[in-house]
Amino acid sequence: MSFSLFALQVLNGVEQGLLLFLVASGLTLVFGVLGVLNFAHGSFYMLGAYLAYWIAARTGSLLAAVLIGVPVMALLGLVVERLAIARLYKRDHLSQVLLTYGLVLLFNELQRALFGNDVHGVDTPTVLAFRIPLGSAQEWPAYRVFTAVACILVAAAMRQVILRTRFGMRVRAGASNAEMVEALGIDVRKLFSVLFSAGTALAALAGMLAAPLTTVYPGMGEGVLVLSFVVVVIGGIGSIKGAFLGALLVGLSDTFGKVLLPGFSSAVVYAVMAAVLLLRPRGLAG
Amino acid sequence: MSLSRRTFLGATAASFAAGRVFAASKAKIRIGLLLPYSGTYAALGNNITDAMKLVAGKLGNKLGGREIEWVAVDDESDPAKAPANVNKLISGEKVDILTGPVHSGVAMAMMQIVRQEKTLTIVTNAGAQAVTGQLCAPNVFRTSFSNWQTSYPCAEVMLKDGRKKAVLMFWNYSFGQESMAAFKEGYSKGGGTIVKEIAVPFPQTEFQANLSEIASLKPDAVFVFFAGAGAAKFVKDYADAGLRDKIPLYGSGFLTEGVLGAQGAAAEGIKTTLHYADSLDNGPNKKFRAAFKEATGREADVYAVAGHDTVHVLAQALDKVQGDTSAQKELIAALESVRLDSPRGPFRFSKAHNPIQNIYLRQVKGGKETVIGIAQKEAEDPAFGCAMVK
Repeated sequence: MSFSLFALQVLNGVEQGLLLFLVASGLTLVFGVLGVLNFAHGSFYMLGAYLAYWIAARTGSLLAAVLIGVPVMALLGLVVERLAIARLYKRDHLSQVLLTYGLVLLFNELQRALFGNDVHGVDTPTVLAFRIPLGSAQEWPAYRVFTAVACILVAAAMRQVILRTRFGMRVRAGASNAEMVEALGIDVRKLFSVLFSAGTALAALAGMLAAPLTTVYPGMGEGVLVLSFVVVVIGGIGSIKGAFLGALLVGLSDTFGKVLLPGFSSAVVYAVMAAVLLLRPRGLAG
Repeated sequence: MSLSRRTFLGATAASFAAGRVFAASKAKIRIGLLLPYSGTYAALGNNITDAMKLVAGKLGNKLGGREIEWVAVDDESDPAKAPANVNKLISGEKVDILTGPVHSGVAMAMMQIVRQEKTLTIVTNAGAQAVTGQLCAPNVFRTSFSNWQTSYPCAEVMLKDGRKKAVLMFWNYSFGQESMAAFKEGYSKGGGTIVKEIAVPFPQTEFQANLSEIASLKPDAVFVFFAGAGAAKFVKDYADAGLRDKIPLYGSGFLTEGVLGAQGAAAEGIKTTLHYADSLDNGPNKKFRAAFKEATGREADVYAVAGHDTVHVLAQALDKVQGDTSAQKELIAALESVRLDSPRGPFRFSKAHNPIQNIYLRQVKGGKETVIGIAQKEAEDPAFGCAMVK
């Protein structure tokens, strides 16, 4: 592999990892702080993508889709948390898996009824519809660069919120010991609601940003969900920093697995996960 | 009362020289539909079914003088459930003729059973080579295509375009593997070189790493097999990577079939080969597409055409034997002699019971699939390993 091809593949891996981080960050927060194994997280990604398709097709603008869609999905997250997830906090993981998997089926049927089973394309915003030459043969669509930058900005913003704000402090405290936080008189119920809603919005935002890149199709949430769980496990449950590192590691190992070990590429990510767990059982940042 | 009617019927039946014909004209003919009505392939199953019912309706809902009774089972495109579903239709529902499925894995499971049970079977989509190859059987016909037919002719098209060095990229499951094997057969025979084969695990759709690889290899052309959502994403990624204008993309028709809208401008210029195209300019195609649109509100596609042809094939053959499905030898002979003026062009069965049909060269122009010629006239699957072909 020449150096330029190597550099290109690193770029591919990082870009794939950044988008994965956006999905996995919400999952790790909900898992780490609320203690809920949320299988429906992939569905929020899928619904985000479908909303982006639906709104963009009507308004002609992906920006409008994000501005309308993210609050809608945050609201949906609140409703789901109040109606379903809130009943799970004191239950074991099996009940959580059953209920949230039920939600997956429900959302998939909802998608089928509302949007049908066809594959849809979402147009790249016209301002970003140009390509940047990379090396002699390949080009990179500006939109990919944009999503990568957007993911980095969201990651930086999350870092600021978690490290510098009162809300972030409570989240961190909740992640390490929720009962103690409650005993200190903090309204954990409200904290959990807001956090779940934020996680939902993050997954949906990832789906919206990804829609022009991946196209929109039934079942798109499930594949992302599995990889996101891998990221959460590699990074350490509840850690945003871990999710960031884990997502980059997954993106890079997937990319290089495809090039260097084409026959086993789908197993490479899981082999990396196993290796990380052997060396650091609590994850990279756990 | 009932007794006297039965006596009367019996007497009348006996008075006919050909009592068999009378009995056959009375009983309904039971047609089994083993198709996906849920999951990824639901749209395909529905289009096949609706086309079959539409054509049957135009024939007075009768085949060989017998009224049709449909028995549909949702196969969920699940090979694991296929044996149970096939048995349900054959032993439980006692269908006279079995049709379906979409998924090749389901077809393979079905083949094992219908070869034993000798049920007359029409495969309406699944393109697995074995159906009319190693596992071919006198009682099994196919009205769709073999994977070989959709890919082999593309090799010659590429070589004619002067593309002698190719990269192959495909989803690594039987459909993709068989398409690639057929393409390679034609391509190396014609003097082409394959620079690299990239097998992508099914149903992965993350292609960036492989696209960078292709860009660095700089082949004359890329031949791919992807379908559905994977095809939509691959074509977009390929164009986004700036490769579309530098290294032309070829594929079997499934690369653009049904996903052209989602691919948008990214699909412009792609050449594919298939036994059908929506825009085929012939009378039966125009008539069928208009009727299908009127009946369902949807556009007909390659899957609907297979449903259309299945019922026409059955009608022709069953008319010849006056609807007598118990005379299987005669019915099979009748099916073998069927000639059809199908929406896809002339249609007849090969010795292995796969369609002999034109394979068209199509190109996406202005967002539409246009037919730019015939890639292979009356293409016949080689039917490797089929005992019925000498």
